[in-house]
Amino acid sequence: MEEEGIVKKFCYMNRKAPYGTIYALESLEVVLIAAAFDQDISLVFADDGVYQLTKNQDTDGIGMKNFSKTYSALGDYDIKKIYVEKESLEERGLTTDDLQALKYEDEDDDWAEKDSLFVVGRDELSKIINEQDVVLSF
Amino acid sequence: MKFGIVINEGPYTHQASDSALQFVKSALAKGHEIFRIFFYHDGVNNGTSLGVPPQDDRNLPNEWSELAEKNGLDLVVCVAAAQRRGMLDEDEMKRHGKDSNNLVKGFRISGLGQLIEAGIQSDRLVTFGD
Amino acid sequence: MSALHIVNKSPFERNSLASCLRLAAKGSAVLLFEDGVIGAMKNTKHSDAVANAMSDVSFYVLGPDIKARGLNDGNVIDGIKVIDYDGFVDLTTEHKSVQSWL
Repeated sequence: MEEEGIVKKFCYMNRKAPYGTIYALESLEVVLIAAAFDQDISLVFADDGVYQLTKNQDTDGIGMKNFSKTYSALGDYDIKKIYVEKESLEERGLTTDDLQALKYEDEDDDWAEKDSLFVVGRDELSKIINEQDVVLSF
Repeated sequence: MKFGIVINEGPYTHQASDSALQFVKSALAKGHEIFRIFFYHDGVNNGTSLGVPPQDDRNLPNEWSELAEKNGLDLVVCVAAAQRRGMLDEDEMKRHGKDSNNLVKGFRISGLGQLIEAGIQSDRLVTFGD
Repeated sequence: MSALHIVNKSPFERNSLASCLRLAAKGSAVLLFEDGVIGAMKNTKHSDAVANAMSDVSFYVLGPDIKARGLNDGNVIDGIKVIDYDGFVDLTTEHKSVQSWL
């Protein structure tokens, strides 16, 4: 699936809460396909997008599929740069304890389990976004 | 320059498809190349052949179809998003045992890989949505 | 080359303009279009935030969307450049990436 060795910085920008609209789910579907293309992938969760990563989602009462477990599988797809904006969490009264712990296994370090979720402040996030070649918004 | 265009909303409810159409026409007039237009989320509904808008209104699926024919544009409807929303071409119709299909001429149904490829191959990817 | 940020929602309806201004790096450009043009207007609750951001980012607004809404180019905040679709296309070529604040 490699495109003649071109590697671009792809950023997937998530700013919407899950379930109220389909964007979170269909964004995740793109990311899972994108993982096969050997590009430099970053996921960003800002504004209400941070709610996509909460623990303990239970959709039994709304008749919709709970897709939140898929985020914890992203490490298996070699997606290891997941940025959550600190200010967005704070504004919503959330902390990292409210979020799933996302990990990946580092093949260059004897498959040691490492964090793939990074809480970053707006200045750092601003820098990350500005470095991207392709930004896909959902 | 080579452009990839992503349209995330259907026709009429949101301005996304109209804005994208104006953008693409301008880009073509300026001599740019449109590598691909990818329809995702409700954007897949831009490919319907069954819309009958009032005569004094624009027909967006037809406008895309005609622009594509004139300029050799690659209009791709995401298969996963299309299946959810009942957009089928003839192959998909047969495969899923449905009795009709509704994709306007000039559109084709394909996978999300086509979106990633558009991101890789285009100099700029521009997304229109809600 | 810096990034181009495109905002298509009114600041009265969504936080997309505020989020864009919070995260747009210094030196980048912001285009207001569709309902986003409302953010380019003088004398609104949001005008000051836009005017204050001008020291860090350059602003553009899509003229056809202003006209469509019965608004007037003359009421655009000083320093915001009114462009047409050709100008929109040029802006995308002049910046390294285009981020849509959906």
